[in-house]
Amino acid sequence: MFKRLEAAAGRPLHLTFEGRPLVCRDGDSVAAALLADGHAACRDTAVGNVPRGPYCMMGICYDCLVTIDGRPNRQACMTRAREGMAVERQAGAREIAP
Amino acid sequence: MKPSGIPDAAAPARARPAVYDAVIIGAGLVGAALAYGMRPALAEVAVLDEGDIAWRASRGNFGLVWVQSKGLGMPAYARWSLRSARLWPRLAARLLDETGIDVHLEQPGGLFPMLDDVETEARVKFMQALHGQPDMPRYPWKLLDHKEAAALVPGLGPAVRHAIWSPVDGTVNPLKLFRALHLALGRAGVDYLPRRPASAIARGDDGIFSIATPQGTIRGRILVLAAGLNNRPLGGQVGLDVPVRPQRGQILALERTRRLLEIPLNTLRQMDEGSWLVADSQEEAGFEDRVVGLPVLATLAERAALTLPALRDVRIVRSWSALRIMSPDGFPIYQESQTHPGAFVATCHSGVTLAAAHALELAPMIAAGALQDGVSSFTSRRFHVQKA
Repeated sequence: MFKRLEAAAGRPLHLTFEGRPLVCRDGDSVAAALLADGHAACRDTAVGNVPRGPYCMMGICYDCLVTIDGRPNRQACMTRAREGMAVERQAGAREIAP
Repeated sequence: MKPSGIPDAAAPARARPAVYDAVIIGAGLVGAALAYGMRPALAEVAVLDEGDIAWRASRGNFGLVWVQSKGLGMPAYARWSLRSARLWPRLAARLLDETGIDVHLEQPGGLFPMLDDVETEARVKFMQALHGQPDMPRYPWKLLDHKEAAALVPGLGPAVRHAIWSPVDGTVNPLKLFRALHLALGRAGVDYLPRRPASAIARGDDGIFSIATPQGTIRGRILVLAAGLNNRPLGGQVGLDVPVRPQRGQILALERTRRLLEIPLNTLRQMDEGSWLVADSQEEAGFEDRVVGLPVLATLAERAALTLPALRDVRIVRSWSALRIMSPDGFPIYQESQTHPGAFVATCHSGVTLAAAHALELAPMIAAGALQDGVSSFTSRRFHVQKA
């Protein structure tokens, strides 16, 4: 769906999404990394359990929530990709342990 | 079923009457509940809404249907609140039936937590005074120790030493309530007239009220002021003394989580869709409702985390402030003008708790043209007892 601008090349970073390797570039947000790798959806909504993906790309819509390194409900568009990040789909509302 | 978020475009456009049976100034929860309850008795009802600059307490509140702490100094207010809580299931069922919107009324009881023995002592004294009043309605309440409270709230923090429990309390989703009332008004043929801040109000010799707005004059036989903080200046035009003032409350909203909290606390609740609200601050800070501040928010957050330590890990996603509409004693004001018969005022700071009583009991009285004994305690004459 999206094509990278080759002129905007940064050094490669290695992440995983749902346990599978994903290569993006330094300077990408996690949301950009997911979109560039073809993942339009990265979560299932908390109420209706329907798929959603990055939309506003500026921290407003909360549709890009993912779990990053075990921490739930991270905004992928507001999180800069880092080497070795483990990103997982956010499945519905996060749990909290009483 | 129609998706509930979409305006009812199928409602037929109709000519507006020259004179409405009733005009309600204020389209918040009080005005909307009254219009909803008056419509069955009156054919032509209009609701005037000021606009987006309005203070909009109805969009900033916490959504409790709360009884247990109300009425010290006026047992009639305790009775009225309890009455409304008991009428609430009927209102919720009607709104669901008429609009398809579930306002998520839940009445599992409520808790008032105390974080140290000084708070407990003060609260118990308060509750004993409240419930010791001669005309106080009787309903169960109990001082719980930590263990008893923890049985109701999984993960309750050890800092919560005690809590007052009562089975009469609960919650709704206040934004869904607001939406459901307005959708129901539209379907019932009530004219919702936005961007109509009322300015001059006059009563003609024929008894008909003329309300000037930037988009023309609206006329009606019955006038209801349900304009929140604006009831004070508007009331002055029709012989109604409405000494209300703003009291600011700030709210924190936390991210959605799986449901954990099944019983509301007066300071903390989890919404039907999983988000959390933290509240119950009170500031006398004038009309400023665009300010939130760390001193208050930090205290709210700290108390929430002490109450439910699992929340320390849950992110705050929003905060806002809104203005309660407070009378000098904190109780509602319902009154018909003596100098301008047919003009009524209805104002309170509990538009959610009292929505059922407003829609199902107060509104029919106003539609019939006279307030009855059940609400006679709530006139503003109580603020003018002759001083000794």
